[in-house]
Amino acid sequence: MEVLFFYLVALVAVLSGLIVVTAKSPVNSALALVNTFFCLAVFYVMLHAPFMAAIQIMVYAGAIMVLILFVIMLLNMGVEPHKKPTHIAWGAIGGTLVLLVSILFIQRGDTARAVGNISKDVVLREGHTALIGKAMFVDFLLPFEIASILLLVAIVGAVILAKKEV
Amino acid sequence: MNAELLSLSNAPWLYIGAMLVKILVVFGVTMGIVAYATWAERKVIGHMQTRLGPMLTGWHGLLQPIADGIKLFFKEDIIPSQASRVPFILAPMMILIPSLITIAVVPFGTDLVVNVGGKAYAIPLQITDLNIGILYILAMAGLGVYGITLAGWSSNSKYSLLGGVRASAQMISYELAAGLAIIAVFMLSETLSMREIVLQQSGSILDWYVWKQPLAFVLFLVTGTAEINRTPFDMPEAESELVSGFCTEYSSMKYALFFMAEYANMIVVAAIMATLFLGGWAGPTPWGPVNLLGKIFAFMFFLMWIRATFPRVRYDQLMKLGWKVLLPLALANILVTGIVVVLQQ
Repeated sequence: MEVLFFYLVALVAVLSGLIVVTAKSPVNSALALVNTFFCLAVFYVMLHAPFMAAIQIMVYAGAIMVLILFVIMLLNMGVEPHKKPTHIAWGAIGGTLVLLVSILFIQRGDTARAVGNISKDVVLREGHTALIGKAMFVDFLLPFEIASILLLVAIVGAVILAKKEV
Repeated sequence: MNAELLSLSNAPWLYIGAMLVKILVVFGVTMGIVAYATWAERKVIGHMQTRLGPMLTGWHGLLQPIADGIKLFFKEDIIPSQASRVPFILAPMMILIPSLITIAVVPFGTDLVVNVGGKAYAIPLQITDLNIGILYILAMAGLGVYGITLAGWSSNSKYSLLGGVRASAQMISYELAAGLAIIAVFMLSETLSMREIVLQQSGSILDWYVWKQPLAFVLFLVTGTAEINRTPFDMPEAESELVSGFCTEYSSMKYALFFMAEYANMIVVAAIMATLFLGGWAGPTPWGPVNLLGKIFAFMFFLMWIRATFPRVRYDQLMKLGWKVLLPLALANILVTGIVVVLQQ
């Protein structure tokens, strides 16, 4: 049952991914990308990570893609003129090879067999949101704060750059 | 009474049946309220302006929503020749669906205990209890922007585009303040589940979060009104300057979908408001769904009252209010709440 559902969502994800790169109108690409993000959120839910799913939709679909859509609309990019694609065969072969090599290395590498202390049982017992909260605000508080200061600096920088007169 | 919580593992068919019934009832009730909210709005505003409102179709115009529905259904569905077809068709659906699926996490009563085959099962009166309920609501609210923005852009008309651009700027700005206002509530509740939040307020009326978080309540009231583009924040469809804003080029059922979405959004914001601040289904009467519906109706009446009373704000005032007043207030509220929570421990 779960596997069937996974394949269904995976199919939709891959198809929308294909539409992202093949659609002629940039707005349609953007919409397909939103759909892909949705499918990823479904995967997070299936992995018992509902918090990640909500953040995925809020940040990527709800904020970043809206801004990208905004830019596409205001620039008013038209439909791209159809060009005959070249090097399709080489691209396909190259892409397949890269995919195969990465699958091979991931399977043989350390990451595939790595076992942490947070198993499925722990996640189900303690709750995924609580675990993330503890990790961020207790165990890794310093890196988290450093990252937020970095973001703050970036925001201040953006404001200064965008301001007309200082 | 130790009833087992009904789930897919202990009684699959009963679970699926109960789920279907819950979904259909909630959907039906929501759609019924949507239809009659249009009638109520015209009546309320009419009487406030010493008019009668709809009177001819049925007793005091009670059949008006049905007549409107039939009329819209049989109108010609026009897609402008210069419009971008796919986004133009998708946009009305992308507004309505996020607001409807948000209702899935709103609890509307205590557990219902049923006896099947000698075993007692507890059916929670809520379509699904996500343990990230509030985040789910915020995520879905964020998706509502797409519908309006795309409707405005894909119509390929000046008024629509202006309406769409205004809507997205407004919704992104106010979403932030709304989210921050809610954060103060779950700093007190220490959970993100809507069900738990209601249970914590179920003692008496004094346990309602509106008394502990009055500022968050007011902030959410204002930002919620702005999020659903109601007067005085209905800039995206300001009819005196933009014809009808983002839905200018729409006709027939697609146009009706925008209106259904507006009223569905009103219901959603009212339900969230009732659940987070006013105790949800708990109190004052012992009947859960009645309590929740009463609170929702009261809030919807309040929104109609505002619409009949206030003039529309100017766009720069709207942005100033959002970024320079509501956002700092919400942040200050979080800070104060945090300090109080730490001191109480």
